[in-house]
Amino acid sequence: MAKLTLDGISRRFGDAVAVDDFTLALEAGEFVSLLGPSGCGKTTTLRMIAGFITPSAGTIEMDGRVLSSPSLSVPPESRRMSMIFQSYAIWPNMTVAQNVGFGLQVRKLPAAEIRRKVDEILDVVRMGELGGRYPAELSGGQQQRVALARAIVIQPEVLLLDEPLSNLDANLREEMRYEIRRLHDAFKITTVYVTHDQAEAMVTSDRIAVMNRGRIEQVDTPFAIYNRPRTRFVAGFIGRTNFLEGTRAGDEIGFAGFAVKAALFPDAPAGGGRVVLAVRPQAIGLARRPPDDANRGWWIEGTVTQRAYLGEVWDYTVAPAGSALTLRVSTPPSVAVEVGEPVWLEIDPAHVALIPS
Amino acid sequence: MRALDPTVLVWLALAAVLIFLVVNPLLRLVLTSFQAADTHAFTVANYIEAYSRPRYIEALRNSLMLGAAVSALTLLFAVPMAWAISRTDMPGKHLIRLGAFGAFVTPPYLGAIGWILLAGPNAGWLNRAWMGLTGAEHGLFDIYSFPGLTFIIAIYSFPYVFIFTSAALEVVSSEMEDAASILGAGVLRTTWKVTLPMVMPAILGGVIVTFLEAIALFGSPALIALPARFNVVTTQLWQFFSYPVKVEVAAAYAMPLLGITVALFWLQSRITRRKGYVALTGKGGARRPIRLGAWRWAMLGYCLLIVSMSVLLPYLALSQAAFARAWGQGVSLANFSLDNFHFILFEHRTAQQSVINSFVYAAWAACLAIGLALAIAYIVTRELLPFAKLLGFVAMAPFVIPGIVLAIGFYAAYAPPPLALYDTAAILVLAFTTRFLPIAYANAAAAMRSFNPEMEEAVRILGGTRLTAIRRVVAPLLKRSLVGAWLLVFIPATRELSAAIFLYGPNTRTMSVMLFDLSEEGNFEHLAALGLLLLVGTVAIVALGYRVIGRDFMVRGGS
Repeated sequence: MAKLTLDGISRRFGDAVAVDDFTLALEAGEFVSLLGPSGCGKTTTLRMIAGFITPSAGTIEMDGRVLSSPSLSVPPESRRMSMIFQSYAIWPNMTVAQNVGFGLQVRKLPAAEIRRKVDEILDVVRMGELGGRYPAELSGGQQQRVALARAIVIQPEVLLLDEPLSNLDANLREEMRYEIRRLHDAFKITTVYVTHDQAEAMVTSDRIAVMNRGRIEQVDTPFAIYNRPRTRFVAGFIGRTNFLEGTRAGDEIGFAGFAVKAALFPDAPAGGGRVVLAVRPQAIGLARRPPDDANRGWWIEGTVTQRAYLGEVWDYTVAPAGSALTLRVSTPPSVAVEVGEPVWLEIDPAHVALIPS
Repeated sequence: MRALDPTVLVWLALAAVLIFLVVNPLLRLVLTSFQAADTHAFTVANYIEAYSRPRYIEALRNSLMLGAAVSALTLLFAVPMAWAISRTDMPGKHLIRLGAFGAFVTPPYLGAIGWILLAGPNAGWLNRAWMGLTGAEHGLFDIYSFPGLTFIIAIYSFPYVFIFTSAALEVVSSEMEDAASILGAGVLRTTWKVTLPMVMPAILGGVIVTFLEAIALFGSPALIALPARFNVVTTQLWQFFSYPVKVEVAAAYAMPLLGITVALFWLQSRITRRKGYVALTGKGGARRPIRLGAWRWAMLGYCLLIVSMSVLLPYLALSQAAFARAWGQGVSLANFSLDNFHFILFEHRTAQQSVINSFVYAAWAACLAIGLALAIAYIVTRELLPFAKLLGFVAMAPFVIPGIVLAIGFYAAYAPPPLALYDTAAILVLAFTTRFLPIAYANAAAAMRSFNPEMEEAVRILGGTRLTAIRRVVAPLLKRSLVGAWLLVFIPATRELSAAIFLYGPNTRTMSVMLFDLSEEGNFEHLAALGLLLLVGTVAIVALGYRVIGRDFMVRGGS
């Protein structure tokens, strides 16, 4: 049985629909990210799970018990969850140890046990020496660790994180991604993580739910989300992508100025249907010489119109011959081609996602 | 669900309190103005009586002229001072700022008493100095005159224009001025054509506040205009309250004051909402002081003159009188005495009680206003209920009601039975609470807004209730700013006069009322001693406030 179930929940604010028919089930110990642009409803969804907002429709259940429905809402303090906020919400009037021990104190644990648990968890988040400090004396990263410790120490049924890394600088953000995943591997707490940063979601999550305009676009593993996007939005939101829009005509799929054998894409709809392909820039090979056998695979002839050296890769813009389209291609640093040179692009059909239209 | 929610009950309770404090007195003010004194039947006779006699109309005209004259004079005092402090290399800025702050916290009626000692006809210190120097028969100044009244109001209300203007000048980037200079304009031309027009909305805002302050003031006109035998609206209102009390006529007569105040505050919010042009530049660009050369000493002299007129000279005169057997005898060991303080504190029938009353009422009013403001601000900022904003709006409403008008409303609503609060501490405390509720609310709301709701949500998701959150997190974090807000209500409440003068009874005199009574007896030594006690008390409390919560709780003192 699923640990946490969101069944068809919606939330309106006046006429605006923030979350629309959202359905998702989390297994015990699973880490799921809600990923999407700002205003897509991910934070509203998280706050409905926490109990700060009541859904307009649908139900939220934990261990088979209804927590939220339009007519009933268990208050946040009775949900046995914990949450990490965008602002960390570390209470500046309490020391680190008092912050971390607060949830245990509310649960009326004996003082000695609180002290022991607080010391333990502070060691886990590598803040062992700093229990007596006040939050104002901590760096952003340290405050983040206090927030994590405070949320984990009560061993919540579900842990909620609301864009917890968005206030940190880039280096620290990368470090904390792994830290969050490490803590999840150690404690196996069922976790919902809200972010607009795809790298964060991919590092931390077992599954990612990509959201757009209040709806779920796709729920999948990070690998599948990236390599098998099922909607145009997902393909465009996660990483960079070239979209190729074509029409199937007989044995071929025709694009503006070039075509490909339909046999390479067995899933493409037959007979006159529109076909949208998503191709990652790094899934395209770039060669200066024509292929020995142009019939093997998919080759497109073109000209480099723009290039930029990004250090780890070259970023090329290539215009296929006789076409108004442009394709973005990234190659290893060793593949250097001048602007204006003719090139041949090789696209591996196995790395092309067919977007159902 | 919703009907059982305890927050609804809280909302209803707060709404009831606000109706009692704000809505009902205003309503009763309007109703009373249309009621016959004996039968309570509808009538317009009160309006006819209030506006039929030429001297009543003249008092209205005097008030408007006074407001205009005071505004013009404060411009002359405040704008050059603000410019010199914000934009130039004038020396002694700290001292001048301190002086402006001193003028701001001095009760205007206390300054007026000081100036009676300085510029009373013939006997005043300045006049005696003039006669001594020139051998003239008569003194130069007569404070008991329209210009005299204009002067002593302006000298204590210029800080409004000063604060508005210097705040605006401080965000005008030097690049704006450089742009004019590079095109060939000199310092004067740049200041006149570029800098001042940019801060014009701020100056206008300050002038409007000054104008309203001047026409709503009771103390200084009562001390100056009454002996000078002319009336303004506020002194005329007070005369309607002397026996036999004509509260209905007073209510009718207060309407223009209320109308003008509401209209001008509306205008002011329109002006400041357009933000002038200053906000466009924000903090961009450095601000370099303009070098005045030798003129900076002239500028300093001008500022020092204003500051000594509003703070130094009156306080010297007051101190001399307070410690003198007879103030006219000058400063000498033989004339030195503490008898005045002894008399005020231990001999006078009601003076001691009035000192206690002032501080006790002010403390009560501050506690009530802060408590109420905090509850409303909490509901409004957390958007706990629909119509929460309405509560905030009503809490701010007394801001546009002159104290004297509010007092008449309170009198009409609560002096007669069934409540019959006349001559009780309650009516004064409640009136003070209402009068200063906007200060309390503005501070409480600002504190709540600066407070991230996630702090509370973190408590709740970890298992604490809303009450736990308020007790363990909200209250401790707001403590500092609430102490500051408490003082900001307490201090003006200790010296409140224009509402108290209408609501006090034989047993509920406050210090301010006492000062006014003593001034009618004409004993300036006792008057000065009581005034100094009020001042020392206030300074002690401000000092305590600085100690407890740091120095930033009243305007930005210093820089």
